Amino acid sequence: MTNALSDMLASRDWILTDGATGTTLFNMGLQAGDAPELWNVDARDKVRALYSGAIDAGSDLFLTNTFGGNAARLKLHSAQSRVAELNRSGAEIGRELADKASRPIIVAGSIGPTGEIMEPLGPLSETDATEMFHEQAEALKDGGADVLWVETISAPEEYRAASKAAALAGMPWVGTMSFDTAGRTMMGLTSKAMVAMVGKLDHPPLAFGANCGVGASDLLRTVLGFADAGATLPLVAKGNAGIPKYVEGHIHYDGTPELMADYAVLARDSGARIIGGCCGTTPDHLRKMRAALDTRPTGQRPELAEIEAALGGFSSASDGTDGNAPAPRRGRRRG
Amino acid sequence: MADEDDIILADLDDEELVKQMFDDLYDGLKEEIEEGVNILLGRNWMPYRVLTEALVGGMKIVGDDFRDGILFVPEVLLAANAMKGGMAILKPLLAETGAPRMGKMVIGTVKGDIHDIGKNLVGMMMEGAGFEVVDLGINNAVEKYMDALVEEDADILGMSALLTTTMPYMKVVIDTMIETGVRDDYIILVGGAPLNEEFGKAIGADAYCRDAAVAVETAKQFMARKHNELAAG
Repeated sequence: MTNALSDMLASRDWILTDGATGTTLFNMGLQAGDAPELWNVDARDKVRALYSGAIDAGSDLFLTNTFGGNAARLKLHSAQSRVAELNRSGAEIGRELADKASRPIIVAGSIGPTGEIMEPLGPLSETDATEMFHEQAEALKDGGADVLWVETISAPEEYRAASKAAALAGMPWVGTMSFDTAGRTMMGLTSKAMVAMVGKLDHPPLAFGANCGVGASDLLRTVLGFADAGATLPLVAKGNAGIPKYVEGHIHYDGTPELMADYAVLARDSGARIIGGCCGTTPDHLRKMRAALDTRPTGQRPELAEIEAALGGFSSASDGTDGNAPAPRRGRRRG
Repeated sequence: MADEDDIILADLDDEELVKQMFDDLYDGLKEEIEEGVNILLGRNWMPYRVLTEALVGGMKIVGDDFRDGILFVPEVLLAANAMKGGMAILKPLLAETGAPRMGKMVIGTVKGDIHDIGKNLVGMMMEGAGFEVVDLGINNAVEKYMDALVEEDADILGMSALLTTTMPYMKVVIDTMIETGVRDDYIILVGGAPLNEEFGKAIGADAYCRDAAVAVETAKQFMARKHNELAAG
């Protein structure tokens, strides 16, 4: 079965996604602590402006404002009964804009983590997580999303739950994890382990990869790790615009549009086919990224040293895939 | 699972048993830790000695490996859970025997921030290191922190934020503490993914802690300094 994203992947070498959702909405006046998803109903013009910002800057695909739209997250705002309404509305606004655009634009229904720790370490069962994601997935589908876009996941169990939810909703999906701890996800998953995990799914994603995390350099190291592990599905690179810095009471990401343009080209050289930004990536960044991808040729796969020279250092010496990870201080003595 | 080379904890001498407990904490084996604690108590170890030498000593290794990217959140959660099993036995005994306090921390995510995994980890690791922890949960306004510090007679304030939009609120809390003249009564530690040392300094915190393990080490250092000052003063 084909869909808008598989069609675009078949006809294009690379696809540019959008950038930051949170950063942009906060700049429009969203208050810290408020659920951005409420704006899908209460401030539709601002959500329209968010999506248009990406489309006008040259993105081929944008994510809906539904990242925290699962029941577990909305519960923190006593809005857990509004999952269907808020997600459908967020997708509908996107659908309208995509249909009006003069070039093909994909509406990706954003699904973020539940924020709960999965069993057996924490309270959330895979079944309950699947149910929550499924509820959100159906609403995004109703609202006209072309594809589900699962992101910033740390636990393999949660990723699996999302894949089951996509299957239940009969939707194609893309899923990325956040590699923010010594090159691994918070739960310790390496890029290599993610490739193995994705390979075992009954309902595999159309593409998978990494988003958010630490900085652009780390993210590209992760993408190289996917490629080294023999990934066959298209890879996604959605990195932050540098690292947040506190300047006179405000937060600035230190990644300039020029740096993100270099990052986009290096991401493509590293093997990513779906490229975009995450936190701190504004339409200005996206414009430069688009121009760079359009005008600069695809180069050789970069060495880590080239990435470091262009984008800055890595957050850890090893990412757990090179055999150089430090050894445990205690051995298991039990049989 | 009974295995031929299964270890019988009660057969080990004190030194070997403590070493084995370090391994069992590392592997997150709660029942074995509980058994080890009971054996040491049965051998007339003071509860405080069991806590510091067996449990805190073991959790230090877990913390160091977490800091160095060798262990990750799942292993740390398991180790903390095993530690908790041992602490449940020791807690009433520690109070009875008048054991010295490691220190008390009030912790919570700041107003507007609902992301609590990092904060929970710090709480667990601090408990694992023998500190008392009062968890205020998420989304705390300045009044909530201030009230809890007084009510709990706390030594340390821990604030956490995951969002770049909520981290500036930490400064609001510290500024209020300065205005009311209580800033220097407490050790203030801040943490969260988007923060860094520069930020910690800029807002007037005592330290920025990169992760839960660093939080524990930093808290220990500041508590030691505090005790020295009291002794000197």
